[in-house]
Amino acid sequence: MTIVAFVSAIVTAYAYYNYFKANELEKAGWRRFSRISFAIHGVSATLIAFSLFEIIYSHRFEYFYAYSHSSKALPVHYMISSFWEGQEGAFILWIFWNVVLGAILIRVNKIWEAPVMIVFALVQAFLVSMILGVVIGDLRIGSSPFILLRDATQAPIFQINPDFVPEDGTGLNPLLQNIWMVIHPPTLFLGYASTLVPFAFLMGGLITKRYSEWIRPALPWAIFSAMILGMGIIMGAYWAYVTLNFGGYWNWDPVENAVYVPWLIMVAAIHTMITFKKSATALKTSIVLVILSFILVLYATFLVRSGVLGDSSVHSFTDLGLSGQLLIYMLFFAVIAIFFSARAWKHIPTSDKEASVYSREFWIFIGATTLGLMAFQVILPTSIPVWNAIVEGFGGISNMAPPADQIEFYTKFQLWFAVVLALLTAVGQFFWWQKIDAKTLKDALITPYIISVLISAAIIVLTKVYDWQYIIVVLAGTFTITANSVILLRLVRRATFKLAGGSLAHIGLGMVLIGIMFSSGYSDVISINMSGLTYSNSWEDELNKEHVLLWINKPTQMKDYTVIYRGRQKKVVGIPEYVPAKILESTDNINEALALADYKDYFKKGEMVNLVLEENDYFNVEYYQNETLKFSLNPMSQFNEGMGGLISSPDSKIYFDQDLYTYVAAMNDHSDPDWKEDEIYEAAPGDQFHVADFVTYFDGAEVLKEVDGYILQEGDVAVKAKLRILDYDVEKILEPTFIIRNNQVGKIPVIDSELGLKISLENILPEDNKFVFKVNQYQKDYVVMKAIVKPYINILWVGTIIMLTGFSIAIFRRFDEFKKMRDKGLEV
Amino acid sequence: MKRGHVIGLGIIAIAIVIIMTSIGDASSYENFTTALEMKKGGEDKAIHVVGHLKKDPAGEVLGLNVRDDKVSFTFMLVDNEGIEQEVFYNEPVPADFTRSESVVVIGAYKNDEIFIADKILMKCPSKYQETEVQAAGM
Repeated sequence: MTIVAFVSAIVTAYAYYNYFKANELEKAGWRRFSRISFAIHGVSATLIAFSLFEIIYSHRFEYFYAYSHSSKALPVHYMISSFWEGQEGAFILWIFWNVVLGAILIRVNKIWEAPVMIVFALVQAFLVSMILGVVIGDLRIGSSPFILLRDATQAPIFQINPDFVPEDGTGLNPLLQNIWMVIHPPTLFLGYASTLVPFAFLMGGLITKRYSEWIRPALPWAIFSAMILGMGIIMGAYWAYVTLNFGGYWNWDPVENAVYVPWLIMVAAIHTMITFKKSATALKTSIVLVILSFILVLYATFLVRSGVLGDSSVHSFTDLGLSGQLLIYMLFFAVIAIFFSARAWKHIPTSDKEASVYSREFWIFIGATTLGLMAFQVILPTSIPVWNAIVEGFGGISNMAPPADQIEFYTKFQLWFAVVLALLTAVGQFFWWQKIDAKTLKDALITPYIISVLISAAIIVLTKVYDWQYIIVVLAGTFTITANSVILLRLVRRATFKLAGGSLAHIGLGMVLIGIMFSSGYSDVISINMSGLTYSNSWEDELNKEHVLLWINKPTQMKDYTVIYRGRQKKVVGIPEYVPAKILESTDNINEALALADYKDYFKKGEMVNLVLEENDYFNVEYYQNETLKFSLNPMSQFNEGMGGLISSPDSKIYFDQDLYTYVAAMNDHSDPDWKEDEIYEAAPGDQFHVADFVTYFDGAEVLKEVDGYILQEGDVAVKAKLRILDYDVEKILEPTFIIRNNQVGKIPVIDSELGLKISLENILPEDNKFVFKVNQYQKDYVVMKAIVKPYINILWVGTIIMLTGFSIAIFRRFDEFKKMRDKGLEV
Repeated sequence: MKRGHVIGLGIIAIAIVIIMTSIGDASSYENFTTALEMKKGGEDKAIHVVGHLKKDPAGEVLGLNVRDDKVSFTFMLVDNEGIEQEVFYNEPVPADFTRSESVVVIGAYKNDEIFIADKILMKCPSKYQETEVQAAGM
């Protein structure tokens, strides 16, 4: 199937080439052939995707892909994430989107079909080759997702039994078990795929010598691409915020940078393209930017997937041996693009007129330049591992490493660039809608300027922003918001909402800027450890310990809150709240547990309940203010052997004006306790004594008629002692049992893993009226937690939504424009 | 001079500033010997050291010392030259820490005895290289 897709891609490219070259008589024939060939390609690509999903869905663990990315316990929507967890699946997704885009282009465009589709088909051929998995001699082309487990691994079991099929897969990385991971990758890959469209139009334009006409059909797609890429980035950031525990939404990790950079360039390209449409300048810049955005996406793929990042990224992929292929893919298109643009360079119309300071072209150009510099500043250090690889490739030694504090390093540039951008958008928008000179500009800007200074002053005073850098950010942000709102109001008043895309997107930008400033600049770690522990080293005392240790049930002060950790919980199918883990005992079946006690109206003792992902523990942490319970948070963690231990996800309390973000950094492992030596206590009913540090009451004992799990026979005696143990405000009843049968003694101890206690009733001394208890201690349950307050993060999220809305309106408008021209037969 | 030239020069100037700071702020890969020399030479810049945890023949990690409040710990790292060094990390022990194949510490020497890591990167046995298939269900 893969081979069909590969061959049909090449055939399509060839056919479209002939269609393009053919004379009028043969054109129709070649076009039909080309379309059929593309259809075959499309169908086979879809079938590849379908087969891979089928393998995962039907748990065919004889296939390596299903074995290593899925498991039986996985719900269906997460199987979708398994699909693209592996690189091969991601490539299939990319291929699939290209097919969809190609099909749309064939339908929508008339005369651009041939040149555009040649580029498409060539790209597809390269992409499909990534999953080809063909071995010719020593040369391996692509990595197929359809290899069998026995071919993928050298596990000894296959020598004993070649037909061995594992019972279960190793599962999906729990970090990806998140709803955002179901939709984020397709969005991002649609973004990746869509950068091809403007590029293909550009190539088509260069080949057919229509050097400027390609802009019109390409523009809506460029905006589409920027919107989808932007959406993918935001979803990724949001996913990181809600599932990863690095404490934020953006980490300047190479993987993130690799998407951010093409997005910046694409946004710059949009602006120069629009300028060109208005005034016939900036064509060359647009050409360069469109090529760059496409090549940068390939470069991003190369960075992330070739293993070259090595240990500089937390989540880079391992090398599947595709780096050579990716490099060829990237260089092929880079060379082609450079060749065609160089050939056409002197024919490309330019305007010699010096752009006036009072023209929009000038400001747009500065804006695009700023975007370009932003991209440059990010891609340069991100490429340090590549630089090392090149130097080493030539036999040199390079020990350059990425900046130690990435966040600080990138922020100090990007923040100021973003401020410049915000100011430019505010000024630029006024030029956009009218030709103005210095005086009218001043008149137009003075009102928004005064308004924004007033608003900023209010913000600064109310939220206590006293850092001069942040004050400037607030000013720039509010300025762009007010200036663009003024434009927006004018447009709405004239009822031309269709044109509002630009100002909306820019308002979004201003909000994003302010949101980032507050949520990152003023993020406040409130979980400062106050355990009062003194350390043996004086330097260690000076360090801020940014985590707190919470023993179960023990109130701990954390800034304005008193927090109490209350124990672990599980998620049960059909129950909207979390259920304490201590009343659930896991069975041998996957995701099934036995109820050890009644729980509200949901289930009764002895019933079997179904768990949602049994490995997940939710740690219940209650937050008190003034002795009253305000809310509780349940950060999650999963102990996953296959994935390398503990993986945890944060939980946040979301307020209108801030988020309280918490996650578990370490927890007690009580699966295999290391019990301390025996402690023996003698007590009479009614006695009070101390077990470990706990005040314990021995309330008495009773003779049992029946014992869970034992069949009592005639003459057996079973006695249950009732111990009441106080742990802060919690009272626990522990009831060890003692059975005598034919002078043999049987003891049923009780284990409380929350308190870390094992108690058994050792002996009964009737003459003294005393009971003998044996106690072993382990460790009370605890979590180590971090809590951060992130103010006004909602401004960021709302800003991104507004920005994306702006993009959508712009797409609609530009596509409409294109369609009208096309239907008039003016699609030159 | 035309305005275009001024802008062009401005762009080049900013680009040069970017390149210079990228090089200036770039960290470097060192081993403990060179890192200690740097510290003695008065350099406080954070550097990368690649190494692995000290383990006994049975594979148990040696020298891991978690503080009583569990919010920080020290451990022994053996760099690629085979030099052992005690490293302090002001965070709880990462979950898969003891399983890691190699550890990159980013930080600097505090004094001659202790290296303080600001950040730790771990390479864990990748799923792709896993050759043992669980024999469950046999």
